[in-house]
Amino acid sequence: MIRNAIFTAMRPALTSSRAASTITESAFPKIAERLPTKYGGVYTVTLIPGDGIGAEITDSVKEIFEAVNAPIEWEQYDVSGMSSSGEALFKQAMESLKRNKVGLKGILFTPISQSGHISWNVAMRQQLDIYASVVLCKSLPGFSTRHSNVDFAIIRENTEGEYSGLEHQSYPGVVESLKVSTRAKAERIARFAFDFALKNNRKKVTCVHKANIMKLGDGLFLNTFRRIAEEYKTYGIESNDMIVDNTSMQLVAKPQQFDVMVMPNLYGAIVSNIGAALVGGPGIVPGCNVGRDYALFEPGCRHVAVDIMGKDRANPAAMILSATMMLRHLGLGHMANNISKATFDVINAGKVRTPDMGGADSTHAFTAEVIKNLQH
Amino acid sequence: MLTSRPLTIACRHAPLLAQPLRRYASAAPTAAFAGQKGSNGKYTVTLIPGDGIGPEISESVQNIYEAAKVPIQWEEVSVTPILKGGKTVIPDSAIQSVRKNTVALKGPLATPIGKGHVSLNLTLRRTFNLFANVRPCVSIKGFKTPYDDVNTVLIRENTEGEYSGIEHEVVDGVVQSIKLITWDASERVARYAFHYAQSSGRKRVTAVHKANIMKMSDGMFLSACREVSKSFPDVKYDEDLLDRVCLQITQNPAPFSDRVMVMPNLYGDILSDMCAGLIGGLGLTPSGNIGRDASIFEAVHGSAPDIAGKGLANPTALLLSSMMMLRHMNLNEHAEKIESAILSTIAEGKTITGDLGGKASTKEYTTAIVDKVLKA
Repeated sequence: MIRNAIFTAMRPALTSSRAASTITESAFPKIAERLPTKYGGVYTVTLIPGDGIGAEITDSVKEIFEAVNAPIEWEQYDVSGMSSSGEALFKQAMESLKRNKVGLKGILFTPISQSGHISWNVAMRQQLDIYASVVLCKSLPGFSTRHSNVDFAIIRENTEGEYSGLEHQSYPGVVESLKVSTRAKAERIARFAFDFALKNNRKKVTCVHKANIMKLGDGLFLNTFRRIAEEYKTYGIESNDMIVDNTSMQLVAKPQQFDVMVMPNLYGAIVSNIGAALVGGPGIVPGCNVGRDYALFEPGCRHVAVDIMGKDRANPAAMILSATMMLRHLGLGHMANNISKATFDVINAGKVRTPDMGGADSTHAFTAEVIKNLQH
Repeated sequence: MLTSRPLTIACRHAPLLAQPLRRYASAAPTAAFAGQKGSNGKYTVTLIPGDGIGPEISESVQNIYEAAKVPIQWEEVSVTPILKGGKTVIPDSAIQSVRKNTVALKGPLATPIGKGHVSLNLTLRRTFNLFANVRPCVSIKGFKTPYDDVNTVLIRENTEGEYSGIEHEVVDGVVQSIKLITWDASERVARYAFHYAQSSGRKRVTAVHKANIMKMSDGMFLSACREVSKSFPDVKYDEDLLDRVCLQITQNPAPFSDRVMVMPNLYGDILSDMCAGLIGGLGLTPSGNIGRDASIFEAVHGSAPDIAGKGLANPTALLLSSMMMLRHMNLNEHAEKIESAILSTIAEGKTITGDLGGKASTKEYTTAIVDKVLKA
């Protein structure tokens, strides 16, 4: 397997310690083989603010990037999923992403009605094959929630499973929805999870599944995971597995037991939301989607938040931290550390807080405070 | 699913002939209790003590009921599988007893490990068409968790969805699992949810779904709920995404105390255990399976073979399940009396079992409740 060879070659010695809440520099198993577009020392990055609060929180990132003079040139596409008419623009955005290899994005709205378009968020992940979603849930110093010392990473398969989009009505009133599970995709996400654990100095990988009921589908995922786990035993990475209903029960009772979790698509949606809630909500949980060729950074908890849109109340921390993950991905670690430290400092000081964290400050005020805390 | 089809059809007609007064027109609340008292003035209820700690905790329930003079006589049956025509099946006597009494209380069953065994729970579910699983979770005073304001009711579709059991390997390494959603099953569980809302005073039903991704299957579940909501003008109806519900309950469960949640099978499985986690685990959560032909109330925890026979087991989950049973049978006064005895015993914390942090035996705990019942 050529891929295995690449993984082995790229596997570094264990990094010494974990940085604040996002991941260490080049924390992902490096699989993006094609380098991001860089002209004259400036990276071109596709920016899709998305619907709801997207514009506000990406504005915040833009301001901060300007303040640190980040060598990033945005190629912005204001795609909106609120109506299907944005499809042409969506396609342009996809072309841009394919050119630039790196993107920062908010969440696009998906209509529930059957006549509406399919989820463009999912379409992006499938078309770019950005198969691994990484979401980091860590208790933040200075912001206490019902649980303390939470620190785990969720690695979610992003391209198949329940999100296959294959559904049909075989008889009026009888609908079948296909969940597709493949060994190849189970294997690469399992490897990703173990490599992620290695690179980020984590000790244990937990496979979340429902193989007691979906014996073939989730069984394939679980068995593949167990096979890959054997290979990583010598690196000292422990592994175990847990049924998804028990996992969600354990998460709200004893979340400290988890380190790295790997799971099929739908369970990822559930677990990442529970995880975000444990540490303080979707406003502070960063995330990204990585594949072989592309990396797309977006908040870990994928909410459009139409209810607080345009009110200057949204917490931009999740987007800022996602953007710092992007900077690290581009090899701009010092800038990423500067920004993430400033963000954590602002949260820790607790003077300026958006309403979701119990404060009364605006998105703009939070952003300004982060900029004030930057090292120059 | 396929194998249970002929059975389903057979069951559908049998009670119609036996009980001509019971209506199945879609306007009538489904699955209302229609049992009659026997000549001794008591209802007969089937008792399935179950395995492991099952007999001990069932005895506790029986003792308390005797003290509270609940008009129930127990018909104890075993569901230990027997070999019949080369297949392992539940003994006919058990099936007949449940069918005759239409109400049963069930302890935990050990699932035999090995190939070819269909889980007994699944068999019971199919035999009696137990289409709705009702899972209330209420914070229990005296047992501290990070959450002390939980009061949720979740109703889960119990017969289809991701648990259809239809799976196949298309080619090596590619598996399709079929999630089956039918209008009929969605409609009847929705109807039960509205009926439950109406009779329990929670005047709001929230359908939990993922119809932005699974537009046809979850979409049909939603349209069935919407259709049913029209016949309950006094009950508010709304819909929420699975992601949001997970997030919101984990962050703050209090706002969910005004409503009944209804959802397809897998989401219900995961969310119900998550809610159980909020209040301290499965040892404290009751569960009821409502069916057309019978209703079975059960403890959903395991059979705990490690402490079986030692007199240490905590009977609370089975007791609280039996409270749901009493309310299902409209024996509300008895339910109130016993329930307040249980809750105050736990709140006092003097005679509680080991799993709740006390030192009492099952007997001592039971006696404490009996004393309170007698004083009431």
